[in-house]
Amino acid sequence: MKSGFTLERVLGAGAFAVTAELGPPKGADPQVIIDKAALLKGHADAVNITDNQTAIVRMSSMAAARLVIEQGLEPIMQMTCRDRNRLAMQADILGAAALGVRNLLCLTGDHQSFGNHPKSKGVYDLDSVTLIKMVKDMRDVPAFECGDEVETPPELFIGAAANPYADPFPFRAVRLAKKVEAGIDFVQTQIIYNVEKFEQFMEQCRELGVTERCRILAGVAPLKSAGMAKYMKNRVAGMDVTDEVVERMSAADDAQDEGIDICVEIIKRVREVDGVAGVHIMAVEWEEAVAEITSRAGLEPGHKVLQDG
Amino acid sequence: MIVAKPKPFRKIKQFTDPYENILVVGCNTCVAVCLTGGEKEAEQLASKLRLHRRHQGLGGTVDTITVLRQCEHEYIDELKEAVEGRDLILSTACNIGPQALAERYEDVRVVPAMNTNMLGMVKEHQTWTEYCVACGDCVIQYTGGLCPIARCAKELLNGPCGGSQDGRCEISPDVECVWQSIHDKMVRLGMADDLKKILGPRNWSWSKHGGPRTFSKEGFKP
Ligand code: SF4
Ligand code: SF4
Repeated sequence: MKSGFTLERVLGAGAFAVTAELGPPKGADPQVIIDKAALLKGHADAVNITDNQTAIVRMSSMAAARLVIEQGLEPIMQMTCRDRNRLAMQADILGAAALGVRNLLCLTGDHQSFGNHPKSKGVYDLDSVTLIKMVKDMRDVPAFECGDEVETPPELFIGAAANPYADPFPFRAVRLAKKVEAGIDFVQTQIIYNVEKFEQFMEQCRELGVTERCRILAGVAPLKSAGMAKYMKNRVAGMDVTDEVVERMSAADDAQDEGIDICVEIIKRVREVDGVAGVHIMAVEWEEAVAEITSRAGLEPGHKVLQDG
Repeated sequence: MIVAKPKPFRKIKQFTDPYENILVVGCNTCVAVCLTGGEKEAEQLASKLRLHRRHQGLGGTVDTITVLRQCEHEYIDELKEAVEGRDLILSTACNIGPQALAERYEDVRVVPAMNTNMLGMVKEHQTWTEYCVACGDCVIQYTGGLCPIARCAKELLNGPCGGSQDGRCEISPDVECVWQSIHDKMVRLGMADDLKKILGPRNWSWSKHGGPRTFSKEGFKP
């Protein structure tokens, strides 16, 4: 066992994992986290705590992760390479582990030009692949990036992201294989709307042996409106919202209800894909949708399934 | 080559208005090639300043002179006479030039008319694109001869991020994703498998992050 905690136990036991997402607030009020945690508790095995997502300043992922732990929910702390160099990252990794964080998701991060501080200096001392390797070495060697010994190694289950819809397509599974080589235990994918393309990606992953060496959680997200579907289709780099999904969202009387239905259908389809070990439900600022989605999909978080035997 | 862009004229006015006897110094190397600070452009800037000063009723003189390279003592030494009696030098070289002048002519204030923009080349007619950031540890032998440090918005070493789309970078459809180009080139070379190797972490101490850099060629110093 690397972390000994819920997500690792669920995935290790071969149960279908459910993770969700919790975005920290643009303020210092801990109650926001407590309220969101209450909406997600019991519906997910662990929740991602985003790290200045889309380069917009929010409460730190480490602090929010600790608040989530206090609510009896397991966090997956996200860490991007955009805002910190290797000194700050390693310090935060030790700090997070000391605060009880057991899952770390290693990301490069959206470019700072997207967010609310486009004049800031991007760091990118490491990239997601070298960050993964650094975390693994801190845990397993145990040594810092410079080679010095880590006195008490952090017990961490290491994750990453993968985007089957970015270009060049033939390299996407290869890039994930590099992350596996660097040391990840699990991966969460970009939001899936185009299931066929995801299946091709998974086939490449199987060929490269990725599915044997790391657990893949398929990313899904409920759409809230036709406008959101169009925006994501046309304006967000690395997103693939199909025409069919846009049409269904446009034709729906109750767009939110249709959004949830589409999400449930996608979950049911990706569950059947060989090598998919769980789903990651990204209902950003719509946390209450997670309970509805899992209930309509007949999905119980893996830790509950294991408990019930 | 070094590419430099003129500062906005409103800023240049601010720097120069309080002075009487101004020398605009052009540079006939990189900035002449990128058509921003060579002899012709230095003269144009000087006449624009003269016109502005006349309208504002500011007296004094604005003269101009251009050297072959402002970044070499040999050439700026030639300016000794022209600098005599000046209270301001306005340099249209890249920002190495004004520094060299400030050091050489200790008692004269030197201000830049330009912003050094990048090390780049002309990709399309009169459009320069950044190709190198002088990182001190070139990696392009691993990346198809194309630079992921200067030309990728996140300086990635291990392949395109999740925002690469249709050959364009996630920051803007106007920006090339160099990782798409690196991938294509490596495929063409039959070397795509080389991209499976993990590169980094980098040693940034060879870049500016290690402090100001110097270089002396062995056996070069007398
Ligand atoms: S890797 Fe460094 S030295 Fe080589 S082209 Fe890029 S910035 Fe310049
Ligand atoms: S889209 Fe391409 S160029 Fe832009 S940051 Fe990502 S990998 Fe780098």
